[in-house]
Amino acid sequence: MTTDIGLWGVLIAVLGGAVRVGTPFLFVSLGECLTERSGRINLGLEGNLVMGAMVAYAVSYYSESPFLGVIAAAGSGVVLGFLHAFLCQNKRVSHIAVGIALMIFATGLAFFFGKAFIQPTAPRLPAVSLGLWSDSPIIQAAMEINVLFFIGIAIVPVLYFVLKNTRWGLMVRVAGESDSAARALGFDSRKIRWASTMIGGAMASIGGAYLSLYYPGSWNEGLSSGQGLMAVALVIFARWNPIYCFFASLLFGAAAALGPSLQAVGITWGYYLFNAAPYFLTLIILVLSSSADKTLEGMPGEFTR
Amino acid sequence: MQKTLEPIIVTAVALLFSVLLIALFITSTGNDPIAVFKTIYKGSFGSWFSVQNTLVRAAPLLLTALCTAIPARAGLVIIGGEGAMVIGGLFSAITGISLSGNSPIFILTAMMLSGAMSGGLWIALAGFLNYYRGVNETISSLLLNYIAIAILNFLVFGMLKDPETLNKPSSFHIGEANMLGVIGESSIHWGIVFGILLCLLLWFVSLRTTFGFSVSIVGGNPRAAKLAGISVGKMIVISCFIGGACAGLAGVIEVAAVHGRANGSLNSGYGYAGILVAFLARHNPLAIIPFAVLMGGIQAAGGLLQRRHGLPDASVEVIQGMMFVVILGSEALYGRMPFFKNKSIGVSV
Repeated sequence: MTTDIGLWGVLIAVLGGAVRVGTPFLFVSLGECLTERSGRINLGLEGNLVMGAMVAYAVSYYSESPFLGVIAAAGSGVVLGFLHAFLCQNKRVSHIAVGIALMIFATGLAFFFGKAFIQPTAPRLPAVSLGLWSDSPIIQAAMEINVLFFIGIAIVPVLYFVLKNTRWGLMVRVAGESDSAARALGFDSRKIRWASTMIGGAMASIGGAYLSLYYPGSWNEGLSSGQGLMAVALVIFARWNPIYCFFASLLFGAAAALGPSLQAVGITWGYYLFNAAPYFLTLIILVLSSSADKTLEGMPGEFTR
Repeated sequence: MQKTLEPIIVTAVALLFSVLLIALFITSTGNDPIAVFKTIYKGSFGSWFSVQNTLVRAAPLLLTALCTAIPARAGLVIIGGEGAMVIGGLFSAITGISLSGNSPIFILTAMMLSGAMSGGLWIALAGFLNYYRGVNETISSLLLNYIAIAILNFLVFGMLKDPETLNKPSSFHIGEANMLGVIGESSIHWGIVFGILLCLLLWFVSLRTTFGFSVSIVGGNPRAAKLAGISVGKMIVISCFIGGACAGLAGVIEVAAVHGRANGSLNSGYGYAGILVAFLARHNPLAIIPFAVLMGGIQAAGGLLQRRHGLPDASVEVIQGMMFVVILGSEALYGRMPFFKNKSIGVSV
């Protein structure tokens, strides 16, 4: 065992970091993916994330069961998603603005009630060690994978299948493609959006539970670094496809892990530019793949005028 | 009359309802709502000191709100005020630092021009991509926020970093002599004057000139605008440029009047709060003024709430959030109130 394992160490740390940092991205982006496919953008998921983190931590502290915490977090996400859907059911109300207002409201509420939980320690979510075959502590640390990550992986094909092959998934896509088409087919796109926003909100809050109950693993007011807002960009990068969302989350996680890993081996230049790489890439993809008379492939039609 | 009366009544009803909700919330935490409301009033408008505090906070909000409101008149939902403010502040700081030694008036003018230009071009890019490449402007302006923040951090933690700023890495100082001063004896800087003047000017331009009218036609119906011979793309890009320039100016003011340097304070949420103000004002530049002052006032009251009632500083966000959620939701009331429904019968003047 050596302390200096150079670039291999960076690679392993980045891969481990991709999973560790990428898991909340995965949950929020899958949730936002579903919501956006139904024709709504919920910018308030940042609030869901912070609220979920607080609720999960508090419930885990009182009940001593982190899993109960995760379920409670999902419940808080459903409530916030409900609020968003409720307020936006009238066409005149802007879903973008309501999202931002709910983001301010939910983070405020989470900080308000979360003051009491900054000090105590709550039981954390368990991790599965897949790295026991190796005797390198770096590999072992990188292969410590949280159970929520596996749940997230399991949701990916399910969501993909539901959207693609089920009656309900088709209704979600029609609602997202064209409100009037949905009405012509005889179903209420508002109900579909209610459901999609509430499920999406629950998933985003589970992502928050991961933050407070596993990594970084404590509750404080600087817990989220904007993952909820970033997830909106991530979904676009993933072209509204759950499977791409998975890879994009890992990529965003890796990008976030790359800077610190490079710093650990002494490379510091361009740290902050690496952070912007995913956004820059998304923008380039957006520009290249759309044109004046054709929008980005996979974009729900309700977002184009 | 109805056109101006309806929004005022709807907003008043919503405000009243939100006050009720907030009172419920305060009671549930075991505080006396009336006492808390009194404190909020005291902390925001109750004394000369708090009025100054309120106005200082309202200044950047006026400008970042215009960044959403002006493009919205052309039918675009821009949420890139944060990025334009960062870019404007950054470029103005670079201008201020590199021109140091010249006369303060010259430096300040150059800073404002560079800040407004860079912020304007930043948002104009989103408008350009929208019209000529079909890229959704909401998404692209959100992405541009992150790119702007990364550029700021890259420069402020890198080549622009003043080694003396350890706790909060910042650019070099633009020099005390070159800073935008305060009005008279107060602590209110000139930023608020710029903000209000721009709101008035853009209100006039938007609602009283041919240019403003063509922009509204573009926002209402782009095809009709095209048939009327209006150059739709030009209108979209110009209105985005104007909006971005305002947000850029907000950045200039943060640098020139408050911090003297470019640093992370440039992306402390004024851009996102501005989006809310714009939507609350229903994209009317004149209505932005009271809403920005209201928002600044609630923020200013935070400290006093903490000291008087032991309420956490986050209560400001809760109160703001409740108020805005309700006001935004009240948009659904338009055209539904019986009083305004019977306009064909001629109920009102």
